[in-house]
Amino acid sequence: MAKLVNRFEPAFMEQSYVFEAVKGMAITSRQFLRNLFGRRDVVTVQYPEVKHPYTPRFRGRHLLTKRDDGQVRCVACMLCATACPANCITIVAAESSDHDIEKYPSTFEIDLLKCIYCGFCEEACPCDAIRMDSGVHSVPTGNRRDQKFGKINLLELAKLSTASQGGEFRASSHEGTAHGRGEH
Amino acid sequence: MQLLANPVLNQIVWTLIKFAGFVLVFVLGLATVLTWTERKFSALMQNRLGPNRANFGKIRAGGLLHMLADPIKMLTKEAFTPDTPNPWMFTLAPLVAFVPALVIFAVIPFGPGENMMIATTDLGILFIFALSSLNVYGTVMGSWASNNKWSLMGGLRISAQMISYEVAVGLSLCGVFMIYNSTDLQSIVVEQGRQTFLGLPAWGILTQPLAFILYLTCAIAENKRAPFDTAEAESELTAGYWTEYSAMGWAVLALVEFVEIILIGCVGATLFLGGWNIPGVHGDTPGLVMLQIGAFVVKVIFLILVQMTIRWTLPRFRYDQVMRLGWRIMLPAALLNLLVTGVVLAFIDR
Repeated sequence: MAKLVNRFEPAFMEQSYVFEAVKGMAITSRQFLRNLFGRRDVVTVQYPEVKHPYTPRFRGRHLLTKRDDGQVRCVACMLCATACPANCITIVAAESSDHDIEKYPSTFEIDLLKCIYCGFCEEACPCDAIRMDSGVHSVPTGNRRDQKFGKINLLELAKLSTASQGGEFRASSHEGTAHGRGEH
Repeated sequence: MQLLANPVLNQIVWTLIKFAGFVLVFVLGLATVLTWTERKFSALMQNRLGPNRANFGKIRAGGLLHMLADPIKMLTKEAFTPDTPNPWMFTLAPLVAFVPALVIFAVIPFGPGENMMIATTDLGILFIFALSSLNVYGTVMGSWASNNKWSLMGGLRISAQMISYEVAVGLSLCGVFMIYNSTDLQSIVVEQGRQTFLGLPAWGILTQPLAFILYLTCAIAENKRAPFDTAEAESELTAGYWTEYSAMGWAVLALVEFVEIILIGCVGATLFLGGWNIPGVHGDTPGLVMLQIGAFVVKVIFLILVQMTIRWTLPRFRYDQVMRLGWRIMLPAALLNLLVTGVVLAFIDR
């Protein structure tokens, strides 16, 4: 059975367009006057002075976390570099002087121009060493070279992580987890 | 007034003074202010703030300084000329569009008295028709010389649109000079100062209401602004006829639009809102003359704001709708208006 479609049939006043145009102009003029005097419906956020807060899950500028003693937490396991779909992480591992720790990254470099901010690196990290919870927007720079963030830059925003080290779950040190993120 | 002994020199000096005051200061000054006004006006309509960042230190002046920042930017940008066989045409086009728009102001009476227009001529409205037809050449030249398909499409649209709406503009204004029995704008304004029944002034908007709506619509269409900006149509043609223009070439083309907004305001105020007339005020003391010039400016600004409200309220017509509206509604309506005016005038003893 054919389906009856009710098509919109404008009335004469609507078809003549003039009255409808005047109605529309009344709305825009009312909004203009309302915003000009007093009651403001303006939704503009004055950006550099006023900022919208990012959500807690916002993936911003990367940071490397530190241990209690201030050393970088990363153990140069290369999991983040492997997981990275954009291949933007370059890690050079070196032997650590600490007997409990096998390796540490002598260089840890992220090319922010290549990074797609997917967050796979922090997901892959077994040590809670790399995070993207800085809440900081990616940084504009004057040239391309400055977009390669080295260890120094990544540690600028460094946070202390007390998550348990290594892949297995240990109840004793888990109690100290501050952010509830590094439960590996 | 006699500034110089030689009458010819005196005439020239006075013309230059009127030109400087009316065209350079009022029209171009207002056009510059309109670049700011339009952005601010549209912003407040759309619950935004609009430009407000240009500053001298802490002075922002509500974005007024953008009027200064824009020309500086335009002057320091590269004036790019595309790879075109007609670079001269490309460079000349903004000027060809700009000059006729400015020349038309010569016949606008901005105050009471014979001398209160730059060119004392009784051509008036015919002069306006002649020169506003020239307007299309600049934009078409520019779009053709751009050697760009988008520009060409924009140019094709604009030439068809401007020429079709010119017919309707002409016919809609015919009724006005049938009623006031003159093509001289100054005498049309004087005629509008007379009182008719109920003490109402014989303004064009009251004697020819349909013609006013037709004129405003068709004039906006001729000025290729929204809702008739099919020639620009950024969603279809990038930027239409001015796609290839940059720096001051673009700035001049953009300024032409603002000058034409003022022109539409001036012609509309002169023909339909009684020009410099203030109902009940007659006389030619210097104070009253200034007051009447002020009234003219207020009317022009009112019509400019109406145009801006239309531009920021209505969405763009599709190109075929523009043409259909022009030929199938505007033209017959203008002819009907002419017919009714003629019949009424034949039976009324003037």
